[in-house]
Amino acid sequence: MEIVQSAKPLYAIAVSLIAVLFIAVSGKRPNLREFCTIAAAVLKFSIVVSMLPTILAGKVIEYSLLTILPGLDISFKVDALGIFFALTASFLWIVTSFYSIGYVRSLNEHAQTRYFIFFAVALSATMGVAFSANMFTTFIFYEIITLSTFPLVAHKETPEAMKGARKYLIYLLGTSIAFQLFAIFLTYYAAGTLEFSNLGIFNNIRGEGVSDAFLIATFILFMAGTTKAALMPLHSWLPAAMVAPTPVSALLHAVAVVKTGVFVVVKVVLHIFGVNLLAQLGLGTALAYFASFTIIVASIIALRQDNLKARLAYSTISQLSYIILGVALLTPSGITGSVMHIVLHAFGKITLFFCAGAIYVATHKTKVSELDGIGKQMPFTMTAFTLAAVSMIGIPPLGGFLSKWYLIIGAIEAGQTPIIVVLVVSTILNAGYFLPIVYAAFFKDPNPGGHNPNAEYSEIPNRKSQIREAPVLMVASLTLTAIGALLLFFTPSVFLVLAKMIAESVTGGN
Amino acid sequence: MAVTFVSFLISFALLNRVLNTGRISYWLGGWQPPWGIEYVLDYLNVFILLIVSFIAFIVSLYARRSVEKEIAEHKITTFYSVYMLFIAGLMGMTLTGDLFNLYVFIEISSLAAYTLIAVGRKRDALMASYNYLILGTIAATFILLGIGYLYMVTGTLNMADLRERLPALYESNVVLTAFAFFTVGLSLKLALFPLHTWLPNAYTHAPSVVSAIMAATSTKVGAYVLLRIMFTVFKVEFYLEVVPVTKILLVLSSVAIIAGSVLAITQTNIKRMLAYSSVGQIGYIVLGAALINQTAMTGSLIHILNHAIMKGALFLVVGAVVYKTDIEDISGLRGMGKKMPYSMAAFTIAALSMIGVPLTVGFVSKWYIAMGALNAGMWYFIPVILLSSLLTAVYFWRIIESIYFKDGETEPRTAENSEIHNPKSTIRNRDDAPLSMLIPTLILAGLCIFFGIFAFLPVSIAEKAAGLLLGGL
Repeated sequence: MEIVQSAKPLYAIAVSLIAVLFIAVSGKRPNLREFCTIAAAVLKFSIVVSMLPTILAGKVIEYSLLTILPGLDISFKVDALGIFFALTASFLWIVTSFYSIGYVRSLNEHAQTRYFIFFAVALSATMGVAFSANMFTTFIFYEIITLSTFPLVAHKETPEAMKGARKYLIYLLGTSIAFQLFAIFLTYYAAGTLEFSNLGIFNNIRGEGVSDAFLIATFILFMAGTTKAALMPLHSWLPAAMVAPTPVSALLHAVAVVKTGVFVVVKVVLHIFGVNLLAQLGLGTALAYFASFTIIVASIIALRQDNLKARLAYSTISQLSYIILGVALLTPSGITGSVMHIVLHAFGKITLFFCAGAIYVATHKTKVSELDGIGKQMPFTMTAFTLAAVSMIGIPPLGGFLSKWYLIIGAIEAGQTPIIVVLVVSTILNAGYFLPIVYAAFFKDPNPGGHNPNAEYSEIPNRKSQIREAPVLMVASLTLTAIGALLLFFTPSVFLVLAKMIAESVTGGN
Repeated sequence: MAVTFVSFLISFALLNRVLNTGRISYWLGGWQPPWGIEYVLDYLNVFILLIVSFIAFIVSLYARRSVEKEIAEHKITTFYSVYMLFIAGLMGMTLTGDLFNLYVFIEISSLAAYTLIAVGRKRDALMASYNYLILGTIAATFILLGIGYLYMVTGTLNMADLRERLPALYESNVVLTAFAFFTVGLSLKLALFPLHTWLPNAYTHAPSVVSAIMAATSTKVGAYVLLRIMFTVFKVEFYLEVVPVTKILLVLSSVAIIAGSVLAITQTNIKRMLAYSSVGQIGYIVLGAALINQTAMTGSLIHILNHAIMKGALFLVVGAVVYKTDIEDISGLRGMGKKMPYSMAAFTIAALSMIGVPLTVGFVSKWYIAMGALNAGMWYFIPVILLSSLLTAVYFWRIIESIYFKDGETEPRTAENSEIHNPKSTIRNRDDAPLSMLIPTLILAGLCIFFGIFAFLPVSIAEKAAGLLLGGL
């Protein structure tokens, strides 16, 4: 594999850190400040895109920043998986920035400068995780994400927000120090390196005096330490973190934070342990069933949530486990599906959160039960919501279908019939918690009691006056991401190519 | 101030010389060792010397304003004289190659320390000082007894000389007793749990400057002396073959790490909290040393430096807060992030470092100690280290949170809401420490990050020193 030396990954990370300075300085002038955010977001995305051709050509970009101690480097490596994640996150940052501006201004939020600063820091760190060449670098950025998102989650500074944020911090920081760092110590001790390897660090030193029990213990520690992936039973920080402002929930909890979690899980599975090794130890199957459990249980809990954001949160927990499940199948199609789901779920879920935020801004409603007939009031928002929900459920022609398709093929390849059942059941459950919202929004009358099946048609003349959408910036962003979810079905080319490259490289082409 | 700066420069020059030429020794009065008093400089104590003189310099830069505020005017001259004496004692302890001379310097620095603590504003300071005086004297007596016993059987007081003569006598009860006296006496001086009881009161009631200098240097020099006695006067074989005292130290230090952190969580006075945190951190230093291997020893030595920097920075910030507001209570720090942004930024950096977040110095020492534990085949110390990191996170995060996220009573929420419309509202309340206090604090905080990223600078010295301790002279 050809290696290209380039500092581009560093630039991609640094852009938003530098932007932090500008944002801080221009804090008193909101327009300039927001311009800085957007400019940084666009610049970051273009840097990421500029690396794409190199990666698609089968090359790898490497850049070593500095060595802290022998064996502990901060270095970056852009491979197919990294750029895949970076593309998703940096693109959605642009959209979210626009959305945020609409959101915080229309609600007249306090401490807006702090908000944009930490947003930028969190994104830098996300890029850092995406481009890490070793587990140490990953760990650093993983922690930076946790610390920098704390002020975002605690943004409202109400006792409730502080409580949620504290829970968030305890879960994420606590487990990463107690378990992930422990696992890193063990890995370094056993292997003498933390550098990600295509076939897995431990796979490379198989049979060199490392016992199975040690490997299993390390694996469990890694999984327990990567709480951002919200694998049950360490998931309860995610609903608690929903106290955050909606754009934060949208980007961080549908994309940056949780996806970093699953991204690290994927890295650990593929690059620290390796597909072959996990298959030999039977850990892949164990993880797959663990993930299945989370998928089903979280979906069932989601059914019972009346708060829209809480329902979305449990849906996220369930969907994240799809990604873990896919990679745990350890087959090429499973991995492809898993990786595809990172981007597909990102687009779908961010749209849903955007919608929830738009509904809140326009009507101050947060409960599912209050949404009857809201489709007439906010047609664009609810159409986007419907598209995204359909994508989540996994029905063509929306993107979500693709990943589910690959996951099912992966399950067949792995010979795990029960997994197929899990996927089917969860699809039904997904439909169970999303479709009622869609139905209520479009077909129920806002005034209970006055049921008229033709209400929508009979009121057409008045519809114009009834439309009370959220600010244009917000609606535009959520429409964009919904269209994205739709387009990904028809032209998934770049992402699919990357996903297949990943699957091929880690399974050694078998 | 000038004196400390000069001594720092000299130490730095000495470091260069040691790095270039190796061991330096100076024979006081021209008498040849083992008869005369010898001053020895090697990688180990030049490292410690550098820390002591650097911190002394930084603190004396800082001291003027803080001392004016916290100490009665007619005592200030005395204070500085005693302060110099204290530093001189510590440096003497570090440099000497002679056991009795060591005892003399221990007494000099201890007596100076009692005085420094006693000048604190409240009456409690006297009590704390008295308490320390009693325990300190017991410790010194123990050390003196140990020295006496060793002299009795070997007839020499020179450390290098003892090292040669002792192995033949390792089985002797006199030597064992002497060693026991040393260990207990020094553990008291460096406040190893459960002999730490003097420390929290002393740090709490002493003037802030004194807390800073003591936390950053005196326990560190105590740790250094323990290492000297354990690994220079005695040899590693002593622990492996004769007395498994390091096992006891391992247990004690683990308990210290956990107990110190737990006790820190329960405190409401910030100085006292930092003091208990010191108890825990000293545990790290001893733990690293007691694991007896190169990696862990490096971790231990590097932690001496790191903890000096971190704790120094923290105490300096607290001193600045006391200077500005007279607040010592943790609950009083609410909303301080707006009032004293730079000081609080320094506090945050140092606190993150204490937790052991990567890219700060705290991580480097934890990494080495953890790796050392694994190399020694004692993986069960890793949970201890990680657990204490978590506990540390608990007690520091509590503060960081209230610094930044809870507005003080003087500043209602509405002021913040109108931040954009009324830019003056935040500036009006900003009232940070004077520059003479701020700069030293920021230097230390900066070093927390600098040595966290460019860790190889101190680590390369610490590695050599560790090799020296374990591998013989």
